[in-house]
Amino acid sequence: MRKVGAAAVAIVMAGAASGIAASSTGQVVLVTHDSFAISKATKAAFEKQSGVKLRILQNGDAGAALNRALLTAGKPEGDVFFGVDNNLLSRALGGKLFDSYSPEGLTHVDRSFDLDRSHRLVPVDHGAVCLVYDRAWFATHAMKPPSTFEDLLRPGYAKLTVVENPATSTPGLAFMLATIAHFGRGNAPWTYWRAIGNGVLVTNGWEEAYNTQFSGSSSHKGSRPIVVSYSSDPAAEVYFAGKSLTQSPVAVVRNTCFGQTEFAGVLRGARNADGARRLVDFLLSPRFQAGIPLTMFVYPVREKTPLPAVFRKFSLPIASPLQLAPATIGANRDAWIRTWTTTVLR
Amino acid sequence: MFLKHKVSGVALVAIPTAFLGLFFVYPLATIFRRGLGNSLPTDVLFDPGTLRIVWFTVWQATVSTALTLAAGMPLAWATARLAFRGRGLVRALVVVPFVLPTVVVATAFLALLPESMQRGIVPILLAHVFFNVAVVVRVVGGYWARLDPSLWDAAATLGASPGRRFRELTLPALRPALAAATALTFLFCFTSFGVIVILGGPRFATLEVDIYDLATQTFDLRAAAALSLLQLVAVAAIVAVSSRLEARAGSRLPIAVEQVAARKPRGWERPALVATLSFAALGFGLPLAALVQRSFATPHGAGLAFYRSIGDETPTLLVVPWRAVEYSLAYAAAATAIALVVGGLAAVAIAHRRSGRWLDTVVMLPLGASAVMLGYGFVIAFDTAPLDFRGTAWIVPVVQALVAAPFVVRIVAPALRGIDPRLREAAAVLGAPPARVRREIDVPLVLRPLGIAAGLAFAIALGEFGATVFLARSDRPTLPVAIFRFLERPGATNQGTAAALCVVLMAVTVLAVGAADRLTSRPGAF
Repeated sequence: MRKVGAAAVAIVMAGAASGIAASSTGQVVLVTHDSFAISKATKAAFEKQSGVKLRILQNGDAGAALNRALLTAGKPEGDVFFGVDNNLLSRALGGKLFDSYSPEGLTHVDRSFDLDRSHRLVPVDHGAVCLVYDRAWFATHAMKPPSTFEDLLRPGYAKLTVVENPATSTPGLAFMLATIAHFGRGNAPWTYWRAIGNGVLVTNGWEEAYNTQFSGSSSHKGSRPIVVSYSSDPAAEVYFAGKSLTQSPVAVVRNTCFGQTEFAGVLRGARNADGARRLVDFLLSPRFQAGIPLTMFVYPVREKTPLPAVFRKFSLPIASPLQLAPATIGANRDAWIRTWTTTVLR
Repeated sequence: MFLKHKVSGVALVAIPTAFLGLFFVYPLATIFRRGLGNSLPTDVLFDPGTLRIVWFTVWQATVSTALTLAAGMPLAWATARLAFRGRGLVRALVVVPFVLPTVVVATAFLALLPESMQRGIVPILLAHVFFNVAVVVRVVGGYWARLDPSLWDAAATLGASPGRRFRELTLPALRPALAAATALTFLFCFTSFGVIVILGGPRFATLEVDIYDLATQTFDLRAAAALSLLQLVAVAAIVAVSSRLEARAGSRLPIAVEQVAARKPRGWERPALVATLSFAALGFGLPLAALVQRSFATPHGAGLAFYRSIGDETPTLLVVPWRAVEYSLAYAAAATAIALVVGGLAAVAIAHRRSGRWLDTVVMLPLGASAVMLGYGFVIAFDTAPLDFRGTAWIVPVVQALVAAPFVVRIVAPALRGIDPRLREAAAVLGAPPARVRREIDVPLVLRPLGIAAGLAFAIALGEFGATVFLARSDRPTLPVAIFRFLERPGATNQGTAAALCVVLMAVTVLAVGAADRLTSRPGAF
């Protein structure tokens, strides 16, 4: 029995020791969400150029990862945080999470993406959440695919659509904000939602909406041909099809897109602040920016970054998506979600 | 001699207590204090919305548990009492649903159910049965297999009908195992998350679902902490009652060292066996077969392309997917070892010592704690040296062991209580010192239950998702974490690789559980 006790103590001690070893400054830790991705070669390029190892910590979806960072504010789990979007910007900045830093690459970024002028957070990529539809379904049913929000009000169209719950899903939230940006504040968006609310299918997460209920995804066949998803889906469906395609099975309703910009910043209290700044520099470097489309399926913010062929052919960026000011979103988000819930779910 | 005995007695209680104190109570207390401050959140607790959620949580768990017991008992009987070809395989296969990520199973259900039945309480209950039948078959079946059948034969000879034998002999004899299986199943359904989110849709929420949304989306830490405290208190009450029942039911029926009890089915048992196995094949085989089929359905027709992609680099994961198999196995092996030590010691303390009684409740609590709150607790409690454990690899098996240890306790403690004390007394009278009694009587009798517990603990560690995804480093994903990452991306290749990884997870589970069964049931294995 005592042997077992000694072994348990030894395990704990060894673990504690390795914990301390892990906190050395030969590495820089990037705290981010599940959708972050980087190729091996790009990661190696950063490590070679900076001389520090890059470790990546993925802490759940964008909301969960940010909330975890807020909980550990001042004693962060890493050095840089990537993945605050414009919907969460005000919450992140209110939490005093970040130290200001202006990377050199920022001069090559369009000012419209630079939403925090004190540069606690700097833009890294952008994308959009839109209505996406199944081309084949509309072709075989000889129906016109939707081209506006209002098209969902036409008889039968709402019943064709699956949307995500804005209380539990980032694209769901973005789409609700898109309707507010389009119809204006006040009652108009809720009149719209009341009208389509009975017909749309609401899921809690994107995975179920896109991979199970949507008919256009190449994996399982759901029954609804319209879904709230990302503007890069046409390219992603071709890239991951497992065979060559001349046309994407899905298309984007370009008038319904809500812009999303993702930001990164140096975490206050970072163990390796110098490495952190180098990492932020790297995130805006031509090398990292060029890899963004085919790893994260969003667009680089750095001007003149070449897009891969599959994006040029199937998913050009949305030129002027719908938008709302981050402060407006921050002040109203919770109330809007409550109104949405009572309008659509009850 | 006396002193030595005393020291080992203290270690018995001290090791599980220290483990639970450091890795469960401390992090949870830290996050509760951060969330609640010094005020009682009565506004949250008595909110009508909260009461509605509590009511739904309780009744769906109650009904799910009853259905799971009803569905699991025939299978427990068949695998415990009857000898038939493929029995070992059935026993191992039954554990498969238990390790599969809820997202995967829920999606398989969506694909199989008619559209009108896809959302709501019916698919939720079906999925809960599907997941938890393993608990009934393993916990009750494992106990059943070791009841000496001569009593049943005697009763039959004396003219007791099968129904009467079941009512008056089987049920009372099984009561400790039934109490344990009921408690474990209830806790799993009580804290159900993935099944509710997908098959219930946005109109259904258990406490666990609400806590998750509050903690990660709304970031109302106060409400999340309040509900999670409420959930924990409810779980403690349920566990205290059920372990009292289990202890009182402590069976004194003779226990065989290994399954001598299985024999060829005869008479009415034959059609009953066929019916049971067909039902199981339909209920469990169909969703699993759908998954397997999906893993071979490539864009170019049936093929192995998705399995080949397990060996390819992908933007979806930071490592080549097959590495997840390696990390899964390593984590699960470590977690099983920890769970066997912690749970085994706790079981001995619970079965033999008054001072171990309270451990009985505490060791179960991790099953009822919100995974996200425990994860947050870890992150803020262990943020300062020398307790800066964040990002260490061993924290993953530690958390998995928290969830697995209750199963070890619930399987081993009833077995220990079931050992006839006269055996021990006889040995002592014959001059065997306590250590020898333990070695030559307790250990052989407990080896088989330990094997069942090890297999189940390993499966739980393999399948654990909620806390693992929170604490595992991104460059060391487990299989369920890797599967989840692939499901999060569009495209046929990602979805297909997820299905292939699911099949790999199933295969690993069947092999591991089967091996644990083999190793501990072979005569003369010790």
